[in-house]
Amino acid sequence: MNVRRLLDRESVLAPLLLLPVVLYVVLFIGFPFVMSFVYSISNVTVGNPDFRVTGLGNFREILADKVFQKSLLNTFIFTFVSVGLVLVFAHALAEILIRDFRGKWLVRFLIMLPWTAPIALGSIGFLWFLDSLFSPLDWLLRAVGLLGKPGALFGPMSNLYWFGRPDLAMAAVIGVHVWRLLPLATVILIAGLNSIPKEITEAAQMDGAGYFRRLFQINLPLLFPVIGVSILFATFFTFTDMTVVWVLTKGGPPPHSTQVLASLAFLKGIQGGDLAQGAAVALFFFPVLAGIAAIVLRLVKKAVVI
Amino acid sequence: MAIVELKGISKSFGQVRAVDGVDVEIKDGEFLVLLGPSGSGKTTLMRLCAGLERPTGGSIVIDGSVVNDVPPRERGIAMVFQSYALYPHKTVFRNIAFPLTVEGMDKAEIRKKVEWAAGLLGIGHLLDRMPSQVSGGEKQRVAIARALVRRPKVLLMDEPLSNLDAKVRHSARDELKKFQREIGVTTIYVTHDQAEAMGLGDRIAVMHEGKVRQIGTPDDIYHYPADTFVAGFVGTPPMNFIEKDGLLTGFRPELFHPAELISDQDPVRFRFRIERVENLGAYSLAYGTIGSVKVIANLSPRLRIREGEERDFGVSRQDVRYFDKQTGAGIRR
Amino acid sequence: MLKKILSKAGFCGGLAFFIVFSASPFYIMLITMFKKSHDLFNPTNNPFILNEPFTAEHVKLLFTQTLYTTFLLNTLYVGVAVVLITVALSVPAAFSLARIAGRWGENLGIGIFLTYLIPPTLLFIPLSRIISVLGLQNSLWSLVLVYPTFTVPFCTWLLMSFIKSIPREIEEQALIDGCSRLGALVKVILPLSVPGIITIIVFAFTLVANEYIYALAFIQDSAKKTIGIGLTTELVRGDVFYWGALMGGALIASIPVALLYTFFLDRIISGLAMGTVRR
Ligand SMILES: Nc1ncnc2c1ncn2[C@@H]1O[C@H](COP(=O)(O)OP(=O)(O)O)[C@@H](O)[C@H]1O
Ligand SMILES: [Mg+2]
Repeated sequence: MNVRRLLDRESVLAPLLLLPVVLYVVLFIGFPFVMSFVYSISNVTVGNPDFRVTGLGNFREILADKVFQKSLLNTFIFTFVSVGLVLVFAHALAEILIRDFRGKWLVRFLIMLPWTAPIALGSIGFLWFLDSLFSPLDWLLRAVGLLGKPGALFGPMSNLYWFGRPDLAMAAVIGVHVWRLLPLATVILIAGLNSIPKEITEAAQMDGAGYFRRLFQINLPLLFPVIGVSILFATFFTFTDMTVVWVLTKGGPPPHSTQVLASLAFLKGIQGGDLAQGAAVALFFFPVLAGIAAIVLRLVKKAVVI
Repeated sequence: MAIVELKGISKSFGQVRAVDGVDVEIKDGEFLVLLGPSGSGKTTLMRLCAGLERPTGGSIVIDGSVVNDVPPRERGIAMVFQSYALYPHKTVFRNIAFPLTVEGMDKAEIRKKVEWAAGLLGIGHLLDRMPSQVSGGEKQRVAIARALVRRPKVLLMDEPLSNLDAKVRHSARDELKKFQREIGVTTIYVTHDQAEAMGLGDRIAVMHEGKVRQIGTPDDIYHYPADTFVAGFVGTPPMNFIEKDGLLTGFRPELFHPAELISDQDPVRFRFRIERVENLGAYSLAYGTIGSVKVIANLSPRLRIREGEERDFGVSRQDVRYFDKQTGAGIRR
Repeated sequence: MLKKILSKAGFCGGLAFFIVFSASPFYIMLITMFKKSHDLFNPTNNPFILNEPFTAEHVKLLFTQTLYTTFLLNTLYVGVAVVLITVALSVPAAFSLARIAGRWGENLGIGIFLTYLIPPTLLFIPLSRIISVLGLQNSLWSLVLVYPTFTVPFCTWLLMSFIKSIPREIEEQALIDGCSRLGALVKVILPLSVPGIITIIVFAFTLVANEYIYALAFIQDSAKKTIGIGLTTELVRGDVFYWGALMGGALIASIPVALLYTFFLDRIISGLAMGTVRR
């Protein structure tokens, strides 16, 4: 009876219900998060549990490391190019999908597949799609005469060897990121487009505004917050991802042509057992993520007001 | 015997004093109406009685025991929300049965009681429907049946008629009063509609800015308003006020007549300049001025008056009320 | 008139382009899994159609000679366990954040949501230490323990906004009708939250099916692998690719997950985009 009364008190019940989540978050997110800072200024490795603080040595070492520099550059290139392409495509796709037509459910299912299917599995499809010998894409290029003949646009060899050439490997990784994020950005945009009053769009069409005018003078300004959200998520998922790179190239072709921060951290920290350096590499995510978090925070606060 | 006593009850939300020192006693079986404009603290006062809010001052006594710290379920109260708050995932039967189910009553007993309550409100044929399948008026009855099925000591209702359309509202008001008399449950009823309050209440408590301005029978409230707020809020059109001999003189529009028609030997006389007349069928309203103050008279439509004329009007002395010019408080003579 | 036809043509062309762009890898998977090896490994053969009668040999190989079913079952086990944990943690927390806790509850909710923005690639190094200290390397329990790091924050947030949309008066009515705070949660809010809870179940499960990095870091034992790492590490042996089986395995595992996800897409996205996308 007394317990029942106690549970009626908000000051007792509210913390009690929150306790499990807070405990879990502190133990399995908060604690490791702090540990990754601690590791990064230490000498800790898997084989050597003897722990010593070594200051910023790890960071100095990493920053001087050519592989790290390459990875950092790749990470930014992949992120910016992918997100840019995703936005352009997503707007076009959103304008198509926002209409009503027969069989829309199936179309939507197919177009959403890259996002809804597990990305590791989707990437496996690309392994074959871009295979060095049997690539269906190469076959198509050969069939239309763009490859495999003297004077063809993509050269006279029978194959492009996508994962064997640095530039093509990077293009492939970017392509898969775009492929994967396009559906997500599109549905977020559609949700936003649906919130624009119909009269505005109709008035614009009546005035004869074309695609680009509609994009830049009506949709973009009105959709600014929604586009912000898509950019944030697209950036977040590309910037911190290593699955695509790992399945497609493992950072190759040598020397580290498609290595990114995440895969480098994995190489050093998990496969190499150098926890300290791995943690230091991964920490370079932090400024970007903190920036994203700050923007999200502002959006959320605004949303609460709405 | 008072069944609910509110003693100096207050409730603040941050800076807002929603309820500000209310003292009220509600007698057994009484129908008390809380009347006041929107934002005057009626809902908050009712939620305090229900135990959905904790008072920041004062105490609530039900049946002789202080219930400040008693959760709603142990107060022996039932409540009908303005939105009716029917459980959307339960049938009408299970909605009404819910308070009994929670008590752990056995099935046969529950069925008997639900059928009794449903019969009382004439909704026996709706028991298998979902709330989304019944009309607004029916929803309201379901909510009342659910409130009554447990035989509460006190029934609380927050503007239960305000979501109904005007036609249904009239008959619903009538039935409400009838069954309340029938089962004699102590009732606190919130409304901002003064006609509803006059029609339903054994007594009315008029609230304004968190305070009870006056509590009394509908007659009292109407004829002997405690201050200018009550006088102006109750009655349509509201009481007329004229400054006279350093006091505010107030009189009801329907007691304001041409001087020659007043039986009183020595009425209070005014020179009334009529500007506009509205004939509303049962009566007509004459808008005009006394001096420069706007005044309304509620007259028999058979009376011949012309727009633009100026006539001697008056009020019988016993029908005039006096108020303090500064505080607005009523002055008994 | 001409303009209308042109616009229609543009629409259909655009639609076709995007369908091909998005779905072709899956189409290739479908074709490849049924291709005879002889057909498959001839670079001059059209890879987009079956040039020889279809064969089930790759699918048979996948289910009989590889650990594919084990991978699927492992994913299912982990998925179910993570879903249970996620629901058990998120439901009470969401209820508390949405209804009981006041101002500080709102801030705490935002705080929990922000932890969603700490990616696995930042946490996996310290977590791998924690897992090895707990002696859980090569155990599915390591995944069960760690996966809620990405399911719980988001699911709590999603469910919180769902519960906020249930009228408060319904809950207060339950209190009046004799329930305790907890009773009102269990008897009234919980049944009304079922659509929200189903959404977080689906979402948590698809996230688990998607996860790659923790599994890669914690699991080396073939028999303990989940679908993503299982396929990419066990069916690719050095230079030997079991292409037909690999494609079949990827497709067969993708479709149910994608179907589930698509069905709940709108709810999940509106949670992802928070209140900024008004509906
Ligand atoms: N939960 C609350 N938080 C803050 N202010 C409130 C809350 N509930 C009521 N108020 C304020 O208290 C005052 C009285 O409100 P209420 O009791 O709902 O009035 P009524 O029912 O007479 O319209 C109003 O000014 C209202 O804004
Ligand atoms: Mg109210």
